[in-house]
Amino acid sequence: MRARTLPHSRLRSGGGTRNARRTRRAVAIAAVAALGAGLLAGCADDGKDEEGSSSDGGGGGGGKTKITLGLFGTAGFEESGLYKEYEKLHPDIDIEQTVTERNENYYPALLNHLTTGSGLQDIQMIEVGNIAEIVQTQSDKLLDLSKYGKKSDYLEWKWQQATTSGGQTIAVGTDVGPMAICYRKDLFEAAGLPTDRAEVGKLWAGNWDKFIETGKQYKAKAPKGTTFLDSPGGLLQAILSGEKDRFYDASGEVIYKTNPAVKTAFDLTSEAAEDGLIGNQTQFQPAWDTTIANSKFAAMSCPPWMLGYIKGKSKPEAAGKWDIAQAPKSGNWGGSFLSVPKNGKNAEEAAKLAAWLTAPEQQAKLFAVQGSFPSTPAAYDSTAVKDAKNDMTGDAPIGTIFAEAAANIPVQTIGPKDQIIQQGLTDNGVILVTQGKSAEEAWKNAVKTIDNALDK
Amino acid sequence: MPTRHDSAAPPTEGGAAPARPPVESAAEERRRARLSRRWQRDVRWSPYAFVSPFFLLFVAFGLFPLLYTGWASLHAVELTAPTDMSWVGLRNFTRIFDDEFFWNAARNTLIIGVISTVPQLMMALGIAHILNYKLRASTFYRVVMLAPYATSIAAATLVFVLLFGRDYGMINWGLGLLGFDHIDWQNGEWYSKIAVSTIVIWRWTGYNALIYLAAMQAIPQDLYESAALDGASRWKQFLHVTLPSLRPTILFTVVVSTIGASQLFAEPLLFDANKGASGGSQHQFQTLGLYLYEQGWVNQHLGRASAIAWTMFLILIVVGIVNYVISRRLRASS
Repeated sequence: MRARTLPHSRLRSGGGTRNARRTRRAVAIAAVAALGAGLLAGCADDGKDEEGSSSDGGGGGGGKTKITLGLFGTAGFEESGLYKEYEKLHPDIDIEQTVTERNENYYPALLNHLTTGSGLQDIQMIEVGNIAEIVQTQSDKLLDLSKYGKKSDYLEWKWQQATTSGGQTIAVGTDVGPMAICYRKDLFEAAGLPTDRAEVGKLWAGNWDKFIETGKQYKAKAPKGTTFLDSPGGLLQAILSGEKDRFYDASGEVIYKTNPAVKTAFDLTSEAAEDGLIGNQTQFQPAWDTTIANSKFAAMSCPPWMLGYIKGKSKPEAAGKWDIAQAPKSGNWGGSFLSVPKNGKNAEEAAKLAAWLTAPEQQAKLFAVQGSFPSTPAAYDSTAVKDAKNDMTGDAPIGTIFAEAAANIPVQTIGPKDQIIQQGLTDNGVILVTQGKSAEEAWKNAVKTIDNALDK
Repeated sequence: MPTRHDSAAPPTEGGAAPARPPVESAAEERRRARLSRRWQRDVRWSPYAFVSPFFLLFVAFGLFPLLYTGWASLHAVELTAPTDMSWVGLRNFTRIFDDEFFWNAARNTLIIGVISTVPQLMMALGIAHILNYKLRASTFYRVVMLAPYATSIAAATLVFVLLFGRDYGMINWGLGLLGFDHIDWQNGEWYSKIAVSTIVIWRWTGYNALIYLAAMQAIPQDLYESAALDGASRWKQFLHVTLPSLRPTILFTVVVSTIGASQLFAEPLLFDANKGASGGSQHQFQTLGLYLYEQGWVNQHLGRASAIAWTMFLILIVVGIVNYVISRRLRASS
């Protein structure tokens, strides 16, 4: 009467049932084990993956070694054909990049990846505003690149910025940003201003106040719907980038609140905004891109990489309408570094690629195509830099103009939170003046935001 | 020919299968006892093994982070060196009391929560009521209603950012056609909150409407018929039949929406054209979730961010208790 036996009495039944029970339990255990294994595998996926590809790549048994780059903004390596060239030189290498438009989005993710040691690309780009923080806090996770790059190739200060106090160079410099002023010849002419770049440079040589004066002249006869400058952030950036000390002093103290240079720059920008010389825009936003495309402003502070950006956002008919003059004072705006995380799949190969991409010849090519100005003086005399032209600026000898600006850049004290401070002054500060707030209110709002951000 | 097993030939007693051996050896007895114990253990513990995956996952991805966050909130710790913690006691919590950014974010969260949840639920109720009538192609309308919910927040918000653009946005263009001035949707104290709420409303109205619709269809038709016989208009029917029957459902959606509103994050983050986490240049639409993110991932203060997370958690518990009390009151009164 097995059919009606109760579970407990089943225990005493024959062997056949026991076998069945065993099978059932085996199935159950297997199922649990499978689930568990699935979970574990899910967790361990990253590690396995890395090992797998490293044996793949290193051995070169099957397929190419893939090197990935994490970049932001307009690095331009791909656009200038450098990847293709390198892949031709090294047939077993395959290069892939991911690009984030704004460094404000790119950098927190990079830090997060560095501290957790996962999700990193083989090569990671670092902005100059962040290099101090990376050098101070993350250098143990990055490869020492001094063996790969040639120190004598680079600008002394550029190399130094990526070198720890212990002498470890954790990144090689890509471009630097010697800053000039880009202006629209057609709009300047319409407003009765000179258009020749030497004369334009003379209008404001040596003094940002004179630059603002020129803005007032422009405004007096400006074509309808245009402003002299694009955005308060751009002007503030331009003035500050020529200062030796900005947000930190040489001992590493935060001094932005008390540094007269910062306050002067802030007030000058606010004044220009109050006078309506500046468009109510924030740089690198979609609406700002549209003002470039629609030619809504006459001039902007213009490091070399900005030419690439202008080119990207302009309508085709704007080609040749821009020209470029020296800024009132030379400054450095931007520039980046390439670093190689130690735990990358192909750290060795990646380091070689990073060194190659930033070597003088490649930096010269990058400048010719993309306008990123070399951080390697050896490239300045090359024809690629000397004869460089840009579609936007027509015949202007941009190479010579930027090289001249570069020669006058002060060596800047940079600090770990430069970017947060700069962003606070711009996005929570001067922008408010264009929205009708007073300079004082804007300064208070910026200081409040920055102090809260700096307070641990 | 018998096919039923109960009318089949009865098993022979003491037939082919040999009966049990009359005397069991002591070894066999022990073996049986062991099996019996094993069986009991099996019955007792297997269910736990079967439910364990969820709880293991919860411990790994729910409980541990919760406790770790609590631990981190008592320290000064930076994202740049998460293992380098220094004890600060309750300082991260006490400073919240005079952290004007926190209270600004809390106020924004509340305001955006109210101006998005209230119209949203009212609209959902109205839409559900209309869809509850006999309509041609009602399935089509129901699917369309759920479409915003199925859209990715990121994609939807990016479209809304374009719509709400100050200089080149479609909404301002439309307002311009009607003769109104351009509105700075990003920077206005109220306009930015309204814009963020619009995104929330757009996304969740259809979802809530479907929930209401399902509940409405469970209301017996004869209630409406007798109401109609008594001369009640459609509107009266809605007020006196539909609404009272929907009360538990409405409570449910209110609770869920409240929780959703207090965790509002992606919409304001993506709405900010600066792509920063400060919720506008004057923090005018910075929600608590956004502030937490800004402290943790932009400013890299993990300790402070953890304290904010825990405070939010406590606030949510209070909100939950208030909801519970109200729902009990309502249930008691009905």
